[in-house]
Amino acid sequence: MKQVAGKPESMSPVVTHYCPGCSHGVVHRLIAEVLDELGLREKTIGVASVGCSVLAYNYFETDFVQSPHGRAPAVATGVKRANPNACVFTYQGDGDMAAIGTSEVIHAAVRGEKITAIMYNNGIYGMTGGQMSPTTLMGAVTATTPYGRGPEAGMPYRMAEILATAPGAAYVARTHVADVGNIVKTKRAIKKAFELQMKGVGFTMVEVLGNCPTNWGITPSESNKYVTGDMLAYFPLGELKDVTKEVPAGVHA
Amino acid sequence: MSHNMELTMVKGNEALGEAAVRAGCRFFFGYPITPQSELPAYMARRMPEVGGTYLQAESEVAAINMVLGASAAGVRVMTSSSSPGYSLKQEGISYMIGSQLPAVVVNVMRGGPGLGNIQPAQGDYFQMVKGGGHGDYHMVVVAPSTVQELVNLTVLAFELADKYSNPVGIIADGLLGQTMEPVRFPEIMEDPGPEKKSFALTGARGRAKRIITSLELSPEALEKHNDKLQAKFAVMKQNEARWEEYKCEDAELVVVAFGTSARVARAAVDAARQLGLKVGMFRPITVWPFPSEALAALTERGVKRFLDVEMSAGQMIEDVQLSVLGKAKVEFYGRTGGIVPTPREILNEIQKVLGGETK
Repeated sequence: MKQVAGKPESMSPVVTHYCPGCSHGVVHRLIAEVLDELGLREKTIGVASVGCSVLAYNYFETDFVQSPHGRAPAVATGVKRANPNACVFTYQGDGDMAAIGTSEVIHAAVRGEKITAIMYNNGIYGMTGGQMSPTTLMGAVTATTPYGRGPEAGMPYRMAEILATAPGAAYVARTHVADVGNIVKTKRAIKKAFELQMKGVGFTMVEVLGNCPTNWGITPSESNKYVTGDMLAYFPLGELKDVTKEVPAGVHA
Repeated sequence: MSHNMELTMVKGNEALGEAAVRAGCRFFFGYPITPQSELPAYMARRMPEVGGTYLQAESEVAAINMVLGASAAGVRVMTSSSSPGYSLKQEGISYMIGSQLPAVVVNVMRGGPGLGNIQPAQGDYFQMVKGGGHGDYHMVVVAPSTVQELVNLTVLAFELADKYSNPVGIIADGLLGQTMEPVRFPEIMEDPGPEKKSFALTGARGRAKRIITSLELSPEALEKHNDKLQAKFAVMKQNEARWEEYKCEDAELVVVAFGTSARVARAAVDAARQLGLKVGMFRPITVWPFPSEALAALTERGVKRFLDVEMSAGQMIEDVQLSVLGKAKVEFYGRTGGIVPTPREILNEIQKVLGGETK
């Protein structure tokens, strides 16, 4: 029987703390649907990060451990090495993964840890009150760039592209959840990441562009337009790495 | 290395690794730093032999968080480092204590502060015993002074970590790590495993989901959580203090020292006895909990003076003073910079304190 509506089994029956219009809930639901469809709920161990999604463990009906800020890929490494049959994923924001946690995620990717890292990129620190993150766009006004992000703060950088260069990365994609069509595409990417993790192919990562109406100080509808406009102009969508589509070197017939 | 009950000559760092294997530890996450590097190297060689996992992390920070993850999955796990690296692990240790996760964390101390040097020192007493990481916490910290004791206390460390669901620290130093001594290893024990741990994350199959976190946003809930932790620390304090008294029966002066300092102090006490001086040694085997009551009891038995000897500028001395509460005078002798005091130096101090200085 195909479920067409209702709550995925992998989501807990609780109300989230996310702000009105925030897309974290959408991404949570996509992950939960994927876990349901792949029959993974009972073997999944999630790793929550620090930031708005710190309470993710309350929203998934799976085992969960909460990690220090940025360290989720290292924690996930420990979980997965101790329990190689488990499905292990991290759920991190851009501040957590692309700033304080850069070292941990890059090395997890380099080692080809069989985990899935989901990064919700909204270019801002939400939980702490809207400060600049490494992925904040140039000119953007935040609590710590009151005159707009200028060159002294550096340019925003592209996490997915960096991770795609890691030899251990099996699948790296960037998607967004600001419209229905792309929500469906995001789910497809997340599903592929989990599938390849469970096949033991390597490290998998999906960077999902999302909004932050509260800290951007605009309406949810305007915030989705910012995602599809300014953010997409800087953060191109697509599958940046998919080893299942690569021709192995030196095996040309 | 042979793996039977025979007496074998082993270097401290390697003995520690083998003891962990005997204690059922099959997961080790490390990062190279002198003077503990033989330990990860030993684990890299030994773990595959016993079906275990050795992983060299990209940093001490990553290593302790891998430990956190493996511990959450319910297995016995260890990491090791030396002073600067141990500093980096303390964030993770605080999280593990807040999340009530067991593990064994080793610090083979070297000279500090900063990069210091790679010689043996004891300047990390404060950071290992008084917290170091953020928040109100304690952990049992064992202080071996011989390679055999290092083996025995490593096994104990794993047992206490599981017993209290709390990390246990091993405070060693570069000299102990590098010293070769004959040791006997215990038989191989089995890791009780995730099945025996009600918190272990194994996947929510046929049971409610489990959450491991140190986060409590409500002040009331966090205080309640802290009360629970403090009650656990109180039990640890009550039950786990260990110490050795050496020639203290008729002693007028007692030298207090741990680890390598205690090794040297023992020789100094023997030399003092040969000179007819009534000198003993009190050696904390656990530096947390500090064996305060046992030390205080010595003042009741007539000890009027203590000589605290450390390879630091004086850290444990604060616990010695808190234990004797002014009932006896506490003198201090310490060397820093990675210098190990000689028995002669300590004997001189003993003689100075007793007022019969001879050169």
